[in-house]
Amino acid sequence: MDKLLKNERDFVTPGEKLVDSMEFLPGRNCFREGNGVFAKKTGLLHVSGRVLSVIALNGIYMPQRDDMIIGEVKDVQSNGWVVEVGAPYQAYLPLSGVRGYLDSAKTDLSKVYGVGDMIYGKIKMVSSTQSVHISMFDRMCRKFSGGRIVAVNPAKVPRIIGKSGSMIDMIKRYTGCRVVVGQNGVMWLEGESPKVEDFVINVVETIQEKSHVEGLTSEIEKMLKNSGIKPAVQKSDEKHEEGDRNEKE
Amino acid sequence: MKKVIGMKRNDGRKPEDFRELEIEAGVLENATGSARVRMGRTIAVAGVYGPREMFPRRLQNPEKATLQLRYTMAPFSTDERVRPGLSRRGKEISMVSGKAVEAAIFLDDFPKASIDVFVDIIQADAGTRTAAINAAAVALADAGVPMRDMVSSVAVGKIDGTYVVDLAGKEEDASACDLPIAYMPNQDKITLLQMDGDISKEDLKKMLELAKDAARKIHKVQVEALKKRWLK
Repeated sequence: MDKLLKNERDFVTPGEKLVDSMEFLPGRNCFREGNGVFAKKTGLLHVSGRVLSVIALNGIYMPQRDDMIIGEVKDVQSNGWVVEVGAPYQAYLPLSGVRGYLDSAKTDLSKVYGVGDMIYGKIKMVSSTQSVHISMFDRMCRKFSGGRIVAVNPAKVPRIIGKSGSMIDMIKRYTGCRVVVGQNGVMWLEGESPKVEDFVINVVETIQEKSHVEGLTSEIEKMLKNSGIKPAVQKSDEKHEEGDRNEKE
Repeated sequence: MKKVIGMKRNDGRKPEDFRELEIEAGVLENATGSARVRMGRTIAVAGVYGPREMFPRRLQNPEKATLQLRYTMAPFSTDERVRPGLSRRGKEISMVSGKAVEAAIFLDDFPKASIDVFVDIIQADAGTRTAAINAAAVALADAGVPMRDMVSSVAVGKIDGTYVVDLAGKEEDASACDLPIAYMPNQDKITLLQMDGDISKEDLKKMLELAKDAARKIHKVQVEALKKRWLK
């Protein structure tokens, strides 16, 4: 096998040649030109077998099927809601994406989701013409009431969540804060006091700044331990008012 | 007219040297990506927003994204006050620098969207369009926009029979010609080539080689700036 020009976790910039061989395949954020594989974005190289990919360090959110997102309702129409998810395209939540039967002629749809409401939904479809549809058919989907909304870098969301949720679970455990991170780079949190919320925001900012550092989880754990915050009662995160209400209907 | 080889310029540079170059990425909080470029006494600040929804809607291209670059000079950027807003000259430079960086971007990845780049010249001392392109390229890479390559830009002139790289201030007036280029170093492709003045074919070839060499060096500084921004 030909040798890679860059090593795993090396910093790469757009146009940088990663390998000059047909034996490797361009993965995420990479492209092939001639025999070579090149980086498409600023980021860190990741090699898995024969596939080269670049972990982007910055970027906007591009909707993908089955993503869990936090969006803001921008408009209420006769048969659904227009939702802003921070992508270059507006998302649409049709009536068919909401649990239970709603007769649009008899119901004021703005009572279900009004303009300005923040909702946690799932991307149901992204068509080739970039029309994005959301649905609320998921155990976790709901409308947020209370709490705080914070914007995070969409490229850093996987790091904030951690491997199978390890990082975010740790934050929840140590602070007793309820946190939901949407794949689109919007975070919702509700803690016992504004002070705890501020601390969690601080922690998340640290994660974003040091996302390229190895062994970040232990560093964050130290930070959480030293905070002196003691969660009173462990609140369940699976509590979702909106979903329950719709189920009763 | 005297022929000078290995001459020194007003600011003590050798003919093939570009001005002191300082690039910083991520200078604007609100932009997706940003950069500040200082080439000698010319300072350019670029901010990239998007890819985002394009307005007005009728201008959306259903096949690919649209790059909109706006180049403006601050009123205080030169000796005489510059009238704010788009001038005839500003429009032209916006267009050519836009095309120069557009060539490096994978526009097909974001159909219908627009990528907005705003470049402001804070201080002008010749070579503003090259500084603008350098800043825009770093800002785009900082924003995580998918690109084929970085774009590095520099101008070459000819003074008293000597080719000089990166004309500054009074040199621009003394030069027989001014040849700004934008160049993709890894791809070895030129995305902008303009020329003021009159030179021979041989001159052009030599000047292009000089410009490419300088652009490759500028590319290294651009990469360093991005590295510094993300691996603090």
